[in-house]
Amino acid sequence: MKQHIEHIMGMPINITTVHDNQAAVKEAFEYFRAIDNQYSTYKPDSEISKINNGLPKDAWSESMKLIFDLCEQTKEQTNGYFDIKRNGKIDPSGLVKGWSIKKAADLLLSKGVKDFYIEAGGDIQSYGLNHKKQAWRFGIRNPFNRNENVKIISAPGYGIATSGTYIRGQHIYNPFKPAQSITDIVSLTVIGPDIYGADRFATAAFAMGREGIRFIDGLAGFEGYLIDSDGIATSSQGFKEYVI
Amino acid sequence: MKKVAISLLTIASFIFYSWHARNEQSNARATLPTTLPAQNSSSSPTTVQPMMSSGLKDGTFTGTPADAVYGNIQVQAVISSGKIVDVVFVSYPNDRNTSIQINQQAMPLLKQEAIQAQSASIDGVTGATDSSQAFIQSLSSALQQAKA
Repeated sequence: MKQHIEHIMGMPINITTVHDNQAAVKEAFEYFRAIDNQYSTYKPDSEISKINNGLPKDAWSESMKLIFDLCEQTKEQTNGYFDIKRNGKIDPSGLVKGWSIKKAADLLLSKGVKDFYIEAGGDIQSYGLNHKKQAWRFGIRNPFNRNENVKIISAPGYGIATSGTYIRGQHIYNPFKPAQSITDIVSLTVIGPDIYGADRFATAAFAMGREGIRFIDGLAGFEGYLIDSDGIATSSQGFKEYVI
Repeated sequence: MKKVAISLLTIASFIFYSWHARNEQSNARATLPTTLPAQNSSSSPTTVQPMMSSGLKDGTFTGTPADAVYGNIQVQAVISSGKIVDVVFVSYPNDRNTSIQINQQAMPLLKQEAIQAQSASIDGVTGATDSSQAFIQSLSSALQQAKA
């Protein structure tokens, strides 16, 4: 098994292959770097920075327009919870992350790499089998103890994304019972047909708070596992099919 | 002659006090971080003490914003008696809706359980590491300023 890790887009990206496929892996990392150069709001020369500084619409690349279309589509699919506009600036990185993992995985498949997974910032796309000829097995990290896993899941060919934080940044209040604070959610893992879908729906569903797991439960082809700040987990109905 | 002397004294003391007050004000301002937002101005430092054994100066220090993929995380470290007494979020990814209506009686179909550590072998891990890494990055830059 070969594990390759590079730090791109502000996070470690891990490409693990069963067989030695260095050339293809190198190309996948180059793809991630190109994505970072185009979409990073931290790079003043990136296309997204230029757009935020007033680059006229007719100068936007086709790939950028496609990403904006996908963002708009996702916003509609999530009742407005997925929104790339923040403080008057556009930042599509919440969608680009899952999108680029899927595209990099497609690139590896097209180069004949069959057994591998790509993990970027906790989001995973896997294909084929591991070196023991078993389905790849992934742990869902314990949000209260990063050295522990609270579930072991397997979903070959699927995408697995986790949204959340162990920091209590904000509290959610019930507007009908403002005096009564309710418990936060800290982690939401979503399994979907690919990481592009899993990632953007995990992001949006996390924003919905506890309702998020019901949103995932109602999405055809998606399953979820939500953990609240008391360490109580709620599973969507079909989640158990993926648990080892 | 006496009246003139009193007037001069009054003017002098007025000038002295206004100079002193202004000087004090600018001293206080100097300890404030440059990007302190208005809503957190209540947490401004009241005293400035010399370096303590921890090497941290007392006051409120704002870290640089760090990329949490879905937005920025920026924190302020509040140091008192050389110890971190509070960490305030200046900005946080806007990925939670504070006005969502929550029905606590809901989800009758969905299974609930207490989380439990698993020991089976794995190939990789899924988890939300972004926020915590960005948090650590912003906090350490705030602490760098406290040491400077």
